[in-house]
This record gives sequence, C-alpha cells and structure tokens, in this order.
Amino acid sequence: MKLPFNFWHATVAALFIATSAQAAEIKVAVTTSFYNSGLSDLLLPVIKDDLDLDVQLIVVGTGQALRLGKAGDVDAILVHSRKAEDTFLAGGFGTHRRKIMYNDFVFIGPVSDPAVLAKASSASDAMQRIKATASSFASRGDDSGTYKKELSLWVAAGVAADDLSTNWYHAAGAGMGATLNVASGMNAYVLSDRASWLNFGNKGDLELLYAGDPTLFNQYAYIPVNPELHPHVKTDLALALETWLVGPKAEELIANYRINGELLFTFNAVRN
Amino acid sequence: MDSISTGLMEAFRLILTLDSDLVEIVLLSLQVTVTAVAIASLIGLPLGAWLVVNRFRFRRLTISVLNALMGLPPVVVGLFVYLMLSRSGPFGVLGLLFTPTAMIIAQVIIVMPLIASISHQTIRDLWAEYHDLLISLNASHAQRIKVLLWDGRRALITAVLAGFGRAIGEVGAIMIVGGNIDHATRVLTTSIALETSKGNFAFAMGLGIILITVAIAVNLAIHTISKTERASTW
Repeated sequence: MKLPFNFWHATVAALFIATSAQAAEIKVAVTTSFYNSGLSDLLLPVIKDDLDLDVQLIVVGTGQALRLGKAGDVDAILVHSRKAEDTFLAGGFGTHRRKIMYNDFVFIGPVSDPAVLAKASSASDAMQRIKATASSFASRGDDSGTYKKELSLWVAAGVAADDLSTNWYHAAGAGMGATLNVASGMNAYVLSDRASWLNFGNKGDLELLYAGDPTLFNQYAYIPVNPELHPHVKTDLALALETWLVGPKAEELIANYRINGELLFTFNAVRN
Repeated sequence: MDSISTGLMEAFRLILTLDSDLVEIVLLSLQVTVTAVAIASLIGLPLGAWLVVNRFRFRRLTISVLNALMGLPPVVVGLFVYLMLSRSGPFGVLGLLFTPTAMIIAQVIIVMPLIASISHQTIRDLWAEYHDLLISLNASHAQRIKVLLWDGRRALITAVLAGFGRAIGEVGAIMIVGGNIDHATRVLTTSIALETSKGNFAFAMGLGIILITVAIAVNLAIHTISKTERASTW
C-alpha cells in the first residue's frame, strides 16, 4: 500500500539546502543596544573579508549574554555593565576583559517635557524631576546593562525602589527597542543608550532631553569565554576577533560611524 | 494606518526586487517548518490512529494530555529545548544550540500534539464506520492503522496543515533556541519581531504580509497536489 507521505519526503528533500563548508564561525553574545546601533552591520562584512570569519551574533540583554557565556553557549561576549562583568570574571567564566569603545546613556521623553528635563543639572536631578512630577517612565525592567544603570541612577538620586509607583513607573521587561516602543506609545520618559535612540524608527513625539552627565558614560567590553571550563570554545578565533576589534581598521570604522551626522561611539581600546 | 499601507508597499517592493536576504529568510522559514511538520506528521499521524484502534488502561488520560499539549506555550518549549541543548545541558556536546536543527526540534515538540490530536479525532469518526469490516476481516492492528490513515488521508491533510500553520507563525521558541542569527537562524517571524523592536513598523508589516502570502501559497500547493475540492474526488 502506498503511504501518503511521499509528497512530504520529496518536499523535505528539496528544501534541505546542504550547508557547504565555508568560512570559520564564531558565536558572540552581544547586547541589544550594540546591535540596534547598526554598528555590527558595518563591522561584520569587513571582519568577514579580513579574517574570513563569520561572526554570528546572539542579540540579548547583558544578563542573558553573561549567562550564555557561563554555559559555554557562545565563544565570547560584548556587554556593558562593569559590575556584572567583574562578577563574571571573578567566577572564572571569562579569560579577560578588553575595553573596546563607549557611548553614553541619554534621557528621552515627550516633546511637552512635563518634568522639564531639558533644564536638569545632572542625571540625579533628572531622575528626581521625573519622580517629583510622577511623569510616566518606561523602564527596561529586564536584566540588561541599561536597566542596571537605571537602577543605580535611582539609588544615586535618593529614590528608593518602593517609591517607583506603578502609577507612573512602567517596567516593560523587554529589550531597548521594545521599551522605546512602549515609551513612544505612552509618551513616557525613558533611559536609552544614544546609539539605539538614534537608530530607532518609531520616535513619535519623543526627543532627546538630557545627556552629558559623566555618570551616563557607557563602556562596552569584550570578554572571551574561558576555554578551561568549556574546551569546545573557539578561543583562537575569539582572540583573533579581539585583535581585530582593537586594531586600527576597527578604530577608523567605529570613530567614523555616524547617524544623522551624530557620532555614536568613541573608540577607547588600549593596544598592547 | 500609515504603517499598514507602507507595509503593503514594502512587501511588494521586497517581492518584486527578490531581495536576496528575504529569499534566504523565506527559504529557511520553509526549511525549518516543513521539516518539523514532516517529522511531527510521521509521529503524530500514526500515533493518532494507534490511539483509536488500541484500548488500554490510561487511554482517556493519554488522549486528554495530548489534547492539552496542543496549547503548549512555545516560550516554555523553547526554554526546555534550550536547557537540553545548552553546553551545560544533557545534550550540550552535540553543539546544536543556535542552529536550524534546534529550531526544528522545538517546532516538532510544539506541533506534534496538535497533529496527533486532530488526526485522532478524524480517524475516530472513520473507525466507527470501518470497525465491523476490519474486525470481521481479522486485520492486525498495524493493518488497521494503515487502512485508516490511507482512507482518511484527505481529512488528515487538515491536521498536517494545522500543524504547518502553527509552526510557520511561531516565534517564541525559535527565538530562544535559534538566536535569530543573521544568515544562520533568522526566519520570517524572528525578523518581524526584530524589526518591530527597532521601530521599523512598515518593514515589519511588509514581512508579515509576505509570511501570510507564503502560508497561503503552501496551503494552495498542497490542496492542488492532493486534488481536493474537485468534483470527481471531492
């Protein structure tokens, strides 16, 4: 008796595209803010040309990136949360930390600016103004570097976690882009990294209201995963990528990357 | 509204220019989903028939569980498959995480209960008709399953297509186990999620329209090949 599966067999066979042997691959967990900046679209093709290396990006929050590194599911991570990075290294999960570049966090909010953030004197002052006027604020509310930064800013501003009333404080529990979408929909204030904001396509009635406080400095660092814990990790490739990332070509590309004429990142890697 | 109309334009533009990234994404979507549905059908269809012709102690419980699993939350399946395939999980040595294979595994788990449940329902009705005949012919269990699957094939297409529908539109599980890696594990649904998160609503909408078009095309193709809706064969 003929079985009715012949069609499926044929279709599956036709659709199975054999992946031919090609360039080496490396998996790197990066933060949503780095990816949303669009810089990776510029760097990856050049890396492919120079090193014949396919860099596969897993785009997640800093917290999840660190967890992927701990589990050995990626070969290296690129994140921006100093404290979490230090804990990661202290646990022996990474070989070392290499500074690559920085940008800064910015306060985004509605054009009407009910909390008058445009006149804020510091990041703490900006946070206090939002709290004082109980203006809508959209928070990442996930385990990301940006969220950790936001929490530290609330602490620095003397606002206790209990004071973040759900009447005006909205934890999105989502990536940077999704949180900007929430803020755009609610006309809320939001803390974002500059790159994600500039590359965001749904700005609505939002605009950049405050930036420039040194505490809003946002350092990105590269950490190869420790091969002693995970022997399968491609350490050679991870180090080759690191050498490229701190090299003159990367410096030139990063230093010249602009959106709407604005510089996004400042290269500050130290070459040996 | 603006994003919807520009989304339509965007969809046409992408299709007409045969954007190479788009073609790659569509092919991977089809590769993952069709493979997953094929595997799930190979398990689910015989399982549905087997449950019809066999009487055993926990039959009702088994069927209830299978029915309940139709509503499995994809995110939970994704997390489960992730934990299994992670380097620190039991199947970590295989190195399957963040590959299309991982996405297929997740989708098989999501879709199999749906296909088994619907085929069980379909074949049960057929069994009521065939019961006396097959018993009097003294057909073995394997023969009964074969006959029921073959004679119920048209109705079973619905089970398979329902599985296809759930798999092609699924995003929660494949985002976790596939990682949405450009040129490696990026499919239509994860692209839509990504573009939405970047605030590129028109582009995301365009991809959504393409997803629906692909789904309709696949359904139409299967109905044509299996010659349903024709007078001589209905």
